[in-house]
Amino acid sequence: MAGKYDSALSIGALEEGFVLDHIKAGNAMTIYRDLKLGKLDCTVAIIKNASSDKMGRKDIIKVACPIDYLDLDVLGYIDHNITVNVIKDNKIIEKKRLALPKRIVNVIRCKNPRCITSIEQGLDHIFYLADEKSELYRCLYCDTRYSGKK
Amino acid sequence: MSPRHLISPLDFSVEELDRLMDLASDMKSNPGKYAHVCDDKRIATLFYEPSTRTRLSFEAAMMNLGGKVLGFSSADNSSAAKGESVADTVRVVSCYADIVAMRHPKEGAALVASMKSLVPVINAGDGGHQHPTQTLTDLLTIRSLKGGFNGLTYGLCGDLKFGRTVHSLIEALSRYENVRFVLISPEELRIPSYIREELKTKGIPFEEVVRLDESTMKDLDILYMTRVQKERFFNEEDYLRMKDFYILDKEKMKVAPAKMLILHPLPRVNEIAVEVDEDPRAAYFAQAHYGVYIRMALIYTLLGIGGEG
Repeated sequence: MAGKYDSALSIGALEEGFVLDHIKAGNAMTIYRDLKLGKLDCTVAIIKNASSDKMGRKDIIKVACPIDYLDLDVLGYIDHNITVNVIKDNKIIEKKRLALPKRIVNVIRCKNPRCITSIEQGLDHIFYLADEKSELYRCLYCDTRYSGKK
Repeated sequence: MSPRHLISPLDFSVEELDRLMDLASDMKSNPGKYAHVCDDKRIATLFYEPSTRTRLSFEAAMMNLGGKVLGFSSADNSSAAKGESVADTVRVVSCYADIVAMRHPKEGAALVASMKSLVPVINAGDGGHQHPTQTLTDLLTIRSLKGGFNGLTYGLCGDLKFGRTVHSLIEALSRYENVRFVLISPEELRIPSYIREELKTKGIPFEEVVRLDESTMKDLDILYMTRVQKERFFNEEDYLRMKDFYILDKEKMKVAPAKMLILHPLPRVNEIAVEVDEDPRAAYFAQAHYGVYIRMALIYTLLGIGGEG
């Protein structure tokens, strides 16, 4: 029944900001949280379950603030297939390609109880890309693979 | 300029390792030449968990070079007991010493220390993760007694899961040509998956076996025995079940190849019977001796005394 309402929903045009498109349906809120978009003092629109020729269903996030506020490394880690459209004067002026970041800082935590991060205060949780093909990340300190779900 | 550290055995290139081992060999042959090169230097040995061999060999190494030693030998005797972080401790200690050797039960502790220290940090063992100076010791022993590393078959036996010496040694030996590994362990103490993956990625042949018998040993040039470490188990029952899984005795040595050297990082418990000590293939006490010379060479190099650092 959801399709019945698709055409009725419209979100205002974005004069300046960025649009995260082709988010896997259901992941928008996770991305909102991980990118800390709730802390931005600007308009954020979340569109869930939009129709997509390519994906069937997708989520979209529109943010009315400069692209500099977006941590592309974190976004690349979460899902490097997301399209980032940079908007100015209501037009797409750039499409940014995401890549798996070489290292990610304070996004995920090491679960190895023997790791120094389990006791040392004030330490950044750093993971490095150990294998690009399998998208495998390991803890910089103890080399434990990150087994959590991306 | 930020100081150079040794955190992983791969921090030195093969060429740098060669130079380090040449230097260690020269120090062994000509100790008098190096007896005062560190007269005005101090090493801080920060040992948060017990160690006999590693700590004393670092201290002996510095003394052989004419330097002085300060430090602590357990976490209870340090500010760690008051809750001080590794980062804070090393920041302070690097004001008192020219170089730091650190052992800590947590994996990655030495890396954290190196990020904050003003002086070179040597990882003297970080939990079950890395033990690079043991690796340097092993490499110097193998090179001195076998003439090199290429084309040899290395058997590693015992606790391959938590045994940090084994992890470091495999990584270091993987950089040489035509090496092969036979990994001998109980099912519960198999090599961690990341090392298995690395060997596969590099195309280095290896096999995993459970039994230490004639067929396992027949092609080995080196048999590296390890202790099942009580301190790595959360559950004592598991430790008791595993601790006497392998015992290398005179009977087993009868069927071992004549050229096969036995190494062990020490301390041993039951895994090598005392009767094997007299076998000319037993090289583990010579190995401990080489450990002092490679640590001397390492201290000398990281302090930049020979113009490197």
